[in-house]
Amino acid sequence: MYQFNYHKPSTLTEATSRMVEAEEGAYLSGGMTLIPTLKQRLAAPSDVIDLSGLPGMSGISIDGDIVSIGAMTRHAEVAASDAIPALAELAGGIGDAHVRNRGTLGGSIANSDPAADYPAAIVALDSTVRTSIGPIAGGDFFTGLFETALREGEIVTSVDFRIPDAAAYEKFPNPASRYAVVGVMVARCGDAVCVGVTGAGPYAFRATALEEALAADFSPGAVDGVAVDSSDFNADIHASAEYRAHLVGVLTKRAVARLG
Amino acid sequence: MATETGIGASVKRKEDARFITGAGRYTDDVGQHGQTYAVFARSPYARARLNGLDTSAALATDGVVAVFTGADLQASEVGDLPCGWMVKSKDGSDMVQPPHPPLAVSSVNYVGEPYAVVIGETLDAAKNGAEALDPDFEELEAVVDLATAAGADQIHESVPNNQCYDWELGDKAATDAAFAQAHHVASIDIVNNRLIPNAIEPRAALGEYDEASGTYTLHTTSQNPHLERLVLAAFVNIAPEARLRVISPDVGGGFGSKIFVYAEETAVIWAAGQLRRPVKWRAERSESFLADAHGRDHVTHAELAVAQDGRFLGLRVQNKANMGAYLSTFASSVPTYLYGTLMAGQYKTPAIYVEVQSLFTNTAPVDAYRGAGRPEATYIVERLVETAAREMGIDPAELRRRNFIQPADFPYETPVALTYDTGDYEASLNRALDHADYAGFQARREASEQAGKKRGIGFSCYIEACGLAPSQVAISLGAGVGLFEVGEVRVDVTGSVTVVTGSHSHGQSHETTFAQIISDKLGVPFENVTVLHGDTGRSDYALGTYGSRSLAVGGSAIIKATDKIIAKGKKIAAHMLEANEDQVEFEDGSFNVADSNQSLTFGEVAFSAYVPANYPLEDLEPGLSEKAFYDPPNFTYPAGAHICEVEVDPDTGVVTIEKFVAVDDFGHVINPMIVEGQVHGGLAQGIGQALLEHGVYDDTGQLLSGSYMDYTMPRADDLPSFTVDTTVTPCTHNPLGVKGCGEAGAIGSTAAVMNAVTDALGVKDVPMPATSETVWRALRNGGNG
Repeated sequence: MYQFNYHKPSTLTEATSRMVEAEEGAYLSGGMTLIPTLKQRLAAPSDVIDLSGLPGMSGISIDGDIVSIGAMTRHAEVAASDAIPALAELAGGIGDAHVRNRGTLGGSIANSDPAADYPAAIVALDSTVRTSIGPIAGGDFFTGLFETALREGEIVTSVDFRIPDAAAYEKFPNPASRYAVVGVMVARCGDAVCVGVTGAGPYAFRATALEEALAADFSPGAVDGVAVDSSDFNADIHASAEYRAHLVGVLTKRAVARLG
Repeated sequence: MATETGIGASVKRKEDARFITGAGRYTDDVGQHGQTYAVFARSPYARARLNGLDTSAALATDGVVAVFTGADLQASEVGDLPCGWMVKSKDGSDMVQPPHPPLAVSSVNYVGEPYAVVIGETLDAAKNGAEALDPDFEELEAVVDLATAAGADQIHESVPNNQCYDWELGDKAATDAAFAQAHHVASIDIVNNRLIPNAIEPRAALGEYDEASGTYTLHTTSQNPHLERLVLAAFVNIAPEARLRVISPDVGGGFGSKIFVYAEETAVIWAAGQLRRPVKWRAERSESFLADAHGRDHVTHAELAVAQDGRFLGLRVQNKANMGAYLSTFASSVPTYLYGTLMAGQYKTPAIYVEVQSLFTNTAPVDAYRGAGRPEATYIVERLVETAAREMGIDPAELRRRNFIQPADFPYETPVALTYDTGDYEASLNRALDHADYAGFQARREASEQAGKKRGIGFSCYIEACGLAPSQVAISLGAGVGLFEVGEVRVDVTGSVTVVTGSHSHGQSHETTFAQIISDKLGVPFENVTVLHGDTGRSDYALGTYGSRSLAVGGSAIIKATDKIIAKGKKIAAHMLEANEDQVEFEDGSFNVADSNQSLTFGEVAFSAYVPANYPLEDLEPGLSEKAFYDPPNFTYPAGAHICEVEVDPDTGVVTIEKFVAVDDFGHVINPMIVEGQVHGGLAQGIGQALLEHGVYDDTGQLLSGSYMDYTMPRADDLPSFTVDTTVTPCTHNPLGVKGCGEAGAIGSTAAVMNAVTDALGVKDVPMPATSETVWRALRNGGNG
């Protein structure tokens, strides 16, 4: 680990000013990515700005059909919540107990790791990411590999999820890291069907061809024959793009089957 | 003496309290005043010329104490790292051994090869210094693929065709003749995947030089500290053995990877002498991945000739073995004398011919890893047998039965240089079949089919040669060292016992097992026995722990020493009881005079030996402390039957092990709980090779599986609850009748898993590891799906 200046601001304004002032700043939320990266000397920020002192950033509240989850809420807390069962199941499958007790919703989505679980829910559920600047629609949040719509210094403060009629998350874990090789969240809201996919591509996306097929016929069989375009999919020693595309179909069917 | 702490009792491990409470003392826990920290600069290229190395910025870095390069070591006449086993090619020529300087001098040949060491006042300072080094590398095209390595660019100037040796074993003409008679020939082409050992404790070293005595002390994570000392003294030229002490304190796993003498501890102990300050190094996990010796990595074609009635007539094996970039300490022996010699397996195959070409590539050195050659041999034999059974329509258990060496055949001389002393292979197989409910398999397979799944069952009837080994046999075959062991039994004044063993425990529980033996033999309370190991300053020259040899060889040495203690005790007791020596018997901790009620406890005799008031000093030295060296007359031959049942999800290709049965014959067992633990660990590694683990380099020689994010270590949820059982045919040639259990799980299980997977898929072969995508592709490309 290289040396850096450590800050623990107590207001959002102070946090963003520290970031703007820093030569090369990094926000620290749960630290599940940043800390290992620092330890391996793969990152050398001049300033680390710890967000754990910001008030009102943690917790789960429900208002009508909107579930609002603070950005600093730990995965374990989401996993224990019955507000959106599919989201709880997703959170309960992230990492291990240590990670779930440290890692946060905001930290996860701000990182836009292509293999993270939460992004599938952000795009599949009708969500709004709230930040220090303003709201960003969940569907617009992820813009690339480790890239989001967040602007310089912008901090995720919470995420609003509209409670779906039904939803299910199916994950195919990487055997080594247990990150998602592919994760699929299928959600129904009225007549609409949303299929959010993580792991397969450079960032989380909605599989629109599958959504259309399922909107017409919400059954596992409807997935058969729907082509999943894998042209920009990830490929590594664990799974080729072709296999990932296949898994998108398999996991979608399984999620649909669970939703009956 | 059968007690709750004697031979045969599942005594809880003495070691566990300190390990579980964090009180273990590992190399990195040892600290010395004025200690400095070493960081190694490692090649980022698989193959490059090192045209220059500017160390000035590194030396100018805050807190950097020194920078040493390969050239510095060379100038100081630090020797190369040697290979300890000379293998000869078919034409009688010696294997070709390229220079292996501890730190690269003018070329680097694998990613992670160290070319300089930076010593700092702190670890951070040393890291900063290492980053400030300015090497001038000229990258060259790397040779990565084993199958084509012989025809690729020459890596080492002195090694034409990148060939280390081209070795053979067995009777080629007889084997060819057997194939000419064959009713059926089963053949397979196998890649035995490269594995990365991953002991939980990374390698570490602390070098010290004491100016007052001119003595060096090296704490390091070695499975055999005496061998480490021998190499550092005789080859590397650090100091004579008498001025060099090597201590391996608690060591957290080895699996073979800590047998070898590596660059890092060599540089650390040498640097300590140069600087007159202690130097500490501990590998980070990513360094372990890059620079610990890897395991396996073979490409093999093999054929089995079978008669119409299923009798095996002949076996032919053509193997290419990857040595990596340099010859590690025992690399040459693994795919030859620990591999070709095992090709008879449990069978009466009359003619066997094995050819092994060992090749260099621009990858990390490959050497012994749990099983070392024997898993690779078992994989060939047992995959071939299963293939033959399927192709001939014979039940695979039945085909094995028809070919087993029978109990009446022992001692049995194989066509590949070994003589098995004992065994009952059918007994193990039958027990395993019962546990596996083989009769019920078809019903279970049908139930799986109903559920849209595919179920398969696979066997592996393995044999291994353990308890390495008769020294003269090993030396005649090229070993550079003897393979005996030493044991010392020191009875204390008050009757407690200190045992010093040359074996080394890095998870094997010697402190418990050896204490059980002593407690049993001498009648001394288990808790009054202390076992010391891992220190060249404590024990005589010994060979350490590998090849499942600790109990069979190290334990036998302890028994020999114990017998000497009893013999001397009888003399003392005879004097004290005024009886003839031949009237004195020793039983359950008492010296008794036959046909009398006269008796002395072991403690009374021990006390008399040290406080010799009533003692025959004119005939007998005082004291009660004995030492013995034991050189085994033969290998031991643990064997067993493993049966694996898997279910495959055809949608995803995921393989689930539904049941795993291991029935092993280890001869007599001292502590069944510890043995079961050893089997579990071995099974996890063998199953890991089959389904999960893979050391993968890309075309340029970069290690793609260089962390736990990509290298799949088996976890508890990858494994079933094992069914483990034993049968017993005692070893005929050591005093405890023991064979060794450390490697069996890793040797037997891999073939059982892959036989089950291929059975489920209805395909001849699937490459290891059988990952979900591999299985999914196999199903799409011709499985019965």
